[in-house]
Amino acid sequence: MSFDALVEPFHYAFMQRAFVAALAVGILCSTMGTYVVLRRLSFIGDGIAHASFAGIVIAYLRGANFYIGAAVVAVVTALGIGFVSRRGRISLDTTIGVLFTGMFALGVFLMSRQRSYAVDLQSFLFGDILSVQPQDLWLILGLSAIVAATVVAVFRGLLYTSFDPVVAQASGIDAPVYEYVLLVMLALTIVVALQAVGIVLVAALLVTPAAAAYQLTSRFAPMMALAALFGAFSTVGGLYLSYYLRASSGATIVLLATLTFFVAVGSKYSGRLSARRS
Amino acid sequence: MSSSEAVAARDLTVRYDDFTALADATVTVHFGEALGVVGPNGSGKSTLLKAFAGLLTPSSGELSVLGTQPHRLPPGSIAYVPQIEAVDWSFPATVWDVVAMGRFPRLPFWRRFGAQDRVVVGRALEAVKMESLAKRHIAHLSGGQQQRVFVARAIAQEPRLLLLDEPTTGVDAATEEALRQLVRELVAGGMPVVMTTHDLERVDEWFDRLLVLDRRVLAVGKPDEVAASGIYAAIREHTHTHGHLRTDHEAHEAHATHPEVRP
Repeated sequence: MSFDALVEPFHYAFMQRAFVAALAVGILCSTMGTYVVLRRLSFIGDGIAHASFAGIVIAYLRGANFYIGAAVVAVVTALGIGFVSRRGRISLDTTIGVLFTGMFALGVFLMSRQRSYAVDLQSFLFGDILSVQPQDLWLILGLSAIVAATVVAVFRGLLYTSFDPVVAQASGIDAPVYEYVLLVMLALTIVVALQAVGIVLVAALLVTPAAAAYQLTSRFAPMMALAALFGAFSTVGGLYLSYYLRASSGATIVLLATLTFFVAVGSKYSGRLSARRS
Repeated sequence: MSSSEAVAARDLTVRYDDFTALADATVTVHFGEALGVVGPNGSGKSTLLKAFAGLLTPSSGELSVLGTQPHRLPPGSIAYVPQIEAVDWSFPATVWDVVAMGRFPRLPFWRRFGAQDRVVVGRALEAVKMESLAKRHIAHLSGGQQQRVFVARAIAQEPRLLLLDEPTTGVDAATEEALRQLVRELVAGGMPVVMTTHDLERVDEWFDRLLVLDRRVLAVGKPDEVAASGIYAAIREHTHTHGHLRTDHEAHEAHATHPEVRP
């Protein structure tokens, strides 16, 4: 394959936008994924993604920006989860199982009454990163910057409350506040990632790169950095591969992340990359 | 409350739903004093500590910790050392990382983790004789070493009140002795210490005063005075023969079915 053929994807403006979006989404999702993996929030991430579908559809039907609709529903949902997990008398699993599938069904119901139902549903479920518009890109980069700045600001508190929320609370760190901040950041991250990989696959992007990094590191900050690297590799590499394979970009991204995970597990057990957990 | 009192609880009652975990407990802890709390499983020992730490809101009664309500204290005031099962030890952190967390309450995000913080963390590790294991991943520690890491984290916090939940349960003799010496040093320096224990041996070497709890305060006083009372002997006898005291079968079941109350 000639050099020209290798750089061909970068000639198109829509591909350039897609690559920038993929890079931002990859880094953002896997950074937040570090918390998702360590605090076991993957089911919550999946739930938020599905619930936000109702918001997307309502925004879409009203001709509003779908990011706004998704963001409102995702943040409200995330705060609701935080509340139920602290105060609720029904188990969180049950709440997510009942409410979020219900919200998702509401989205499908509203959408199915439209004529172009199948095509649009497909792009929401599995993402359509090639259709990222310039204004979408600015929204993605803006939200990424907000989440990144917040992670820096609450880094120590989130680290402490992720490891030992009870002792952190006793020492005067307000653990519930950190949990709510984390859930809101998670909701915004999911909204940003929806266009890239879609509702069905977003949980993979949250969990897989961080889980791969967890295999190879024994400290928190290196885990987060390595997760971001794996995430960026998966999204950018997956998008690039999908161009030549003529395959769904969202699916290719997730498959590449999955491959990264198994390579990480393999190298941990083969000892080629020392796990350094000595 | 007099100025020598670090903790003053008056008629403290903690209920979970309709279950009373702690009833009408009146307890004081002085600065420079180690108070031991003994009692059977489910007697409210952990509940008492958690109330002192501000982790539980009392249903009734008055509680003053360091002169105010626990949640109004400045960050870093109270160090609570839970039982080691309370956390996931596969978390990506080294011994140093966990002890360094003790500095976080006093460290706003715009301030760097500085040289002074590193000195304090290093000293805390020395105090529990773990400095040689600072770089070890926490998954690769024995139970005794994990307990020492927790205590070091509490010391690194430079608290004004230290609360220890059964730190001697399941640890080796060397760790137990190291912890005892450390507690006595801290107390000699004026620190108020409250510690629950199952271990009724050597209570006079650990504590200045002993509190016998069975959801109510059954006795409180100097360890040898309490030892002279029948209550202490009953618990001691029962602990040796059955592992814990339980005369009231129904109450025991109530504890067992309530997940909030850890034995």
